Amino acid sequence: MGASTTPSDALVARFEGSVAHESHGQSVVYLDRAHLADAVAYLRAEEEFSMLLDVTAVDHLRDVDRIVVDGVTPERFEVVVSLISHPRVLRQRIIVEVPESDPSVPSLTGVFAGAAFPEREVYDLMGIEFTGHPDLTRILMPDDWVGHPLRKDDLPARVPVTFKGDPGPR
Amino acid sequence: MGMEQIGHNFLTGQLEDLVKWARRRSMWPATFGLACCAIEMMGTGAAHYDLARYGMEVFRASPRVADLMIVSGRVSQKMAPVLRQVYDQMVEPKWVISMGVCASSGGMFNNYAIVQGVDQIVPVDVYVPGCPPGPETLMHGILHLHELVRTGEIMQRRAANGGGAGLEVPQMDGTPVSITTPASA
Amino acid sequence: MTHIEDTFERLEHQTSEGAQELKAHHEIVVAGGPWPELEGEGQTMIINMGPSHPSTHGVLRIMMELDGETVVRAKPIIGYLHTGMEKTGEELTYVQGGTNVTRMDYLSPLSNELVFATAVEQLLDLEVPERAVWMRMMLAELNRISSHLLFQATNGMDIGAVSMMIFGWREREEVLRVLELITGLRMNHNFIRVGGLAADLPDGWQDAILEVCDIVEAGVADYDTILSENPIWQERLMGVGVLTTQQCLDLSITGPLLRSTGYPWDLRKAQPYLAYDQVEFDVIYTDNGDCYDRYRIRLYEILESVRIVRQCVARMPGGDYRVQDKKVTPPPRARIDESMEALIHHFKLFTEGFRVPAGETYAAIESPRGEIGCYVVSDGTGKPVRMHVRGPSFYNLQAMSPMMENRLVADAVAIISTVDPIMGEVDR
Repeated sequence: MGASTTPSDALVARFEGSVAHESHGQSVVYLDRAHLADAVAYLRAEEEFSMLLDVTAVDHLRDVDRIVVDGVTPERFEVVVSLISHPRVLRQRIIVEVPESDPSVPSLTGVFAGAAFPEREVYDLMGIEFTGHPDLTRILMPDDWVGHPLRKDDLPARVPVTFKGDPGPR
Repeated sequence: MGMEQIGHNFLTGQLEDLVKWARRRSMWPATFGLACCAIEMMGTGAAHYDLARYGMEVFRASPRVADLMIVSGRVSQKMAPVLRQVYDQMVEPKWVISMGVCASSGGMFNNYAIVQGVDQIVPVDVYVPGCPPGPETLMHGILHLHELVRTGEIMQRRAANGGGAGLEVPQMDGTPVSITTPASA
Repeated sequence: MTHIEDTFERLEHQTSEGAQELKAHHEIVVAGGPWPELEGEGQTMIINMGPSHPSTHGVLRIMMELDGETVVRAKPIIGYLHTGMEKTGEELTYVQGGTNVTRMDYLSPLSNELVFATAVEQLLDLEVPERAVWMRMMLAELNRISSHLLFQATNGMDIGAVSMMIFGWREREEVLRVLELITGLRMNHNFIRVGGLAADLPDGWQDAILEVCDIVEAGVADYDTILSENPIWQERLMGVGVLTTQQCLDLSITGPLLRSTGYPWDLRKAQPYLAYDQVEFDVIYTDNGDCYDRYRIRLYEILESVRIVRQCVARMPGGDYRVQDKKVTPPPRARIDESMEALIHHFKLFTEGFRVPAGETYAAIESPRGEIGCYVVSDGTGKPVRMHVRGPSFYNLQAMSPMMENRLVADAVAIISTVDPIMGEVDR
């Protein structure tokens, strides 16, 4: 039940293709995206991870330098899930690589109902779909918005400053 | 404001001053606090800085009974139509103070999500800079607005710019007159 | 396409965002009298609360389906304050990042700055000096005091004790005054920066802070007297908006809401950061999970924070207020006049910023609203690849639906008020 092995090791042993990594003293596991919901369910059921903290995503399109972890094929997107175990006072991070051609991962709403809002946010801003989510609609942008603003190739991070009556850039 | 029929003389001049006095001495703000500036707006209304001495502590939730809309905070793309609807529901004469740099120009957020200045949506009378403007700065802006109302300059400006939502009030003989026409014209 | 044009186009249409169809209604004869077709059929009404409504909790919109006065379903709709801060965070350097992050949870800006600075310092493997640690802790607790005082003010006003607005702000002004003395600003300070703080404590800070501590304690005693045993207050808040621990854990809810269900989880005790393991304070928690409990927790947390602040004043260590690593720390201002290197160093730091080696990390602290976390991914340049803030109110809003369902619509305001969401960090 995780007394001698860490949750990272338990996940690596249980799910094929996963790699444990340590990032600045924090334990991270890189998983195959098909296993995401099962891994989180396992952590909740067997490893006493009582709360899902955060679901977010990263777009690595324009990275100058990227950390390389052996055994992990880097893709454009990463979905990052953070969990915490209150009884064991442990945190765990799970990162799944998501290719640009098929941006979808299984939804965690079946395991933690509180994944509903963050998954909608990731869908809204990054365009990653969560299969099995009960209501995958835009949450932060207006309903009729086109595009996914947080993607690196979507909108620029800075729009030109507009001045009233300005003749325009010279 | 419906007084155009009356010929201009000393008494109507006094009446006009009375109207202006009433307008600026009890200018009720509509609740339109959006973000951090709303906290400073609340602080301005609280006891330490006290908007009540200007007759303004009554923040009205219904825009129909409010005179002043203090747009305090950043206006996002999703909020812009709501802002316009609330402004439209306010009854003339109405004024807008754009509080803070986010409302005045988009502030530090010049990106896709924030309207770069609410004057793209509603006509603004006074811009109050700051991030957030302290209560003293906001009061300075409010008092400046009061001064503009007192001198009647604001109505003249609107007539010149074609502002004021373009409302026209039909007079007793049927001719419509724009509400921005000063009574002395 | 510029976004200005888009805005205007959007304005031309009536906003029907989130519109739902009303059920078909029978023709009503305007003759008064009983309407048998409408009675007892379970006809529900869908109303919209917000986004511009007189509660002071920002631009939150709640769509409710009402059966008479009972809320059948409630759905919070957010995004009315979406500022694209995470996108802006990718455009600003790490030195500038604090100015962006501080405006997320605008009631406790120092917490936001602290979590961002902590995350970046983790990526840099940087340790700040002891004085900086204690100063940060003291400022974070002062911020907790001012945030909870504002909660008392707005919560009181929403429930109907309108004078609480004035009382809460009376004490909060004193705290803001001392924050202005130390940081220079009343809000959105940008004071806690990567490597330490922007400046040292000014002269006379001990007396100023101790005075404020006394004022706040007296104020809290007042609020307790006015409100806690007040029968109207109790009837409006007791038993309203009950949450269970299991619901909180399912919905990722932290902070006073979690602690009100009998679960004493506070990051300051469980996973101490800064110097919280060296000061004495208690974690306030209650058992009933209702609005009254949450009000009381926040009230007593003010007193615990005052306790911590007093200990910080007594035990503030000397030394540097920022790390002396030239990479992240600008030179002292006086040196800029004397030395060319210092001038160039200052210039480069504030224009280009410093580079952070590639990596990713998540840092979390206990803000007045719950666990605030910052996930930063860096790629070796001066700007982050991704800067995500886990705002506690974003998750706490998920509690709105279970709390409001099968309750009277009049309790909705009490529920929203005691969840204490800050839309800046919900929408970012």
